[in-house]
Amino acid sequence: MSTVLELRGVSKSFGAHRAADNVSFSIEKGCLFALVGPSGCGKTTTLRMVAGFESPDSGDVILNGQRINDLPPYRRNVSTVFQSYALFPHLTARENIEFGLQRAGAKDLAGPVAKMIELLSLHGKQDRRPAQLSGGEKQRVALARSLVIEPDVLLLDEPLSALDPNLRKQVRLELKALQRRTGITFVMVTHDRDEALSMADQIGIMNRGNLEQVGSPRELYLQPATRFVAGFLGSVNWMGEVGVRPECVRVESEASSRSRAAVVRDVVFLGNCTHVISRLDSGEEVLAEIAGSGVLFSAGQSVHLSWNTTDELRPRS
Amino acid sequence: MERLRFWFLAPSRLLMAVLFGAPLAIVFFYGLLTRGTYGGQSFPLTDENFARLADPLYLTILLRSFWLAGLATALCVLMGFPLALFIARSGSRKNLFLHLVMLPFWTSFLVRTYAWMFLLRDTGLINTVLQSAGLIHEPLPLLYNDIAVVIGLVYGYLPFMVLPIFSTLERLDPALLEAAADLGARPLSALWRVTLPLTRPGMVAGSLLDFIPCLGAYLTPDLLGGGKSIMIGNLIQNQFTSARDWPFGSALSLALTAIVMVLLWQFLRRKGESFL
Repeated sequence: MSTVLELRGVSKSFGAHRAADNVSFSIEKGCLFALVGPSGCGKTTTLRMVAGFESPDSGDVILNGQRINDLPPYRRNVSTVFQSYALFPHLTARENIEFGLQRAGAKDLAGPVAKMIELLSLHGKQDRRPAQLSGGEKQRVALARSLVIEPDVLLLDEPLSALDPNLRKQVRLELKALQRRTGITFVMVTHDRDEALSMADQIGIMNRGNLEQVGSPRELYLQPATRFVAGFLGSVNWMGEVGVRPECVRVESEASSRSRAAVVRDVVFLGNCTHVISRLDSGEEVLAEIAGSGVLFSAGQSVHLSWNTTDELRPRS
Repeated sequence: MERLRFWFLAPSRLLMAVLFGAPLAIVFFYGLLTRGTYGGQSFPLTDENFARLADPLYLTILLRSFWLAGLATALCVLMGFPLALFIARSGSRKNLFLHLVMLPFWTSFLVRTYAWMFLLRDTGLINTVLQSAGLIHEPLPLLYNDIAVVIGLVYGYLPFMVLPIFSTLERLDPALLEAAADLGARPLSALWRVTLPLTRPGMVAGSLLDFIPCLGAYLTPDLLGGGKSIMIGNLIQNQFTSARDWPFGSALSLALTAIVMVLLWQFLRRKGESFL
């Protein structure tokens, strides 16, 4: 595996606002990388610096071993799928897909375009203008338009946010399959942790301009480096320096060697699981997510909570 | 619902009938009358005035008007687009420049046209400066010709081109230009392939706003063209003043109105088909 894209100590400020602060990461060729974080965390700014729409105040953006900081967007072999898709409204779907090939002076337009129309199931839509396409079709045209020029890296800015919520889960899988099939490196930005966890090979979590941690979804979820990462990817019960995820907490009526005594405050039935909220004798509230309907427990009941030490999260900060 | 629609539209319909329909009917009626021996007009009704429109003399003037108005409009597009683009991309000074474009409207068009006469005449600013700089020995014939008329028309109607183009540029999604650059388009290529086609509706609207008044212009050709560069507006004006032929003037006016209406109708029909 070789590195296709690398950021080294990249910072960018807008006035007094530090959008990206000393961000460094590297991305392996052919993987799907997700930059995740709450809105305003700097993930979109970071993506735009890779595309060339913003230039870093300091640090280097390196594509295939070449520093590209000073290259304008039209000289970088990266391509962006915009959040709003930004399809050219005066061109048909086919002309949109041809646009990048024509700019590159390609002789054969029909071959690659037909391949993209096939790959993204756009048959019968080629001659429509963007206004005559559905949201999902627009997204596929935007993907085709970017993929057809075979970029080293495809950048996707919140690729699912403009879609109908019912469609999103399906498109997650389709996008991931598309990435596998084309073998092109995808870098996507999202604020949705489920999207990142379900799609990405590697995730970078950003908060207030800082890249908090980079790793596989499992690493980040099971061994978060910071409290922010732990909390962003799922609920955590914090007891001092130690955190336990609700699904790792066992609720039992009998005491065991490592269990801690607690009193049930509330039981919330959620269908596929039940939330048992109880208070430890030491005062902390603990949320336990247990399988089943939870009929064994009721408010005011004395219970015993336990978990495996291997399930404890111990972030550095 | 239908009743409500009727009553809401009633004031506009009334206004159009009184201020547009009725005067047009009067003009049409005058066009059917016979010219009196000492000016004025009288019965019997005749179609002679409309028949005279086909006279090659008047057709030539009509064609000249089309040519000059078309040339002025084309020059306005060529000058208006870069100017509108410059204003749209000038950030915080955008409003200042827009106000400068509209500033001439604060003075009378007549006064501004006179100002052009002072600039263009033989002893005017341009010729004086060029002569004292030794660049020319004889004054250039700048005034009282077609060029002067076109200059005057372009000057007068350029703002009506700049404003609609500016407003379409303002509505252009900046992401489209980013997408163009992202797909490898250099700035000039993006301008040609994305900005220009998407600004076309503004150019078409601006062209209508320029071409129609230019076609009927009479002040500019009268002052800057002297008697030599006559347009259909001057011809109409002459019929109502020195020629004292109101019936023929009315027929000419109606012909001009009809031409403009056909142009507008074509425009609206096309607009329905276009992508915007």
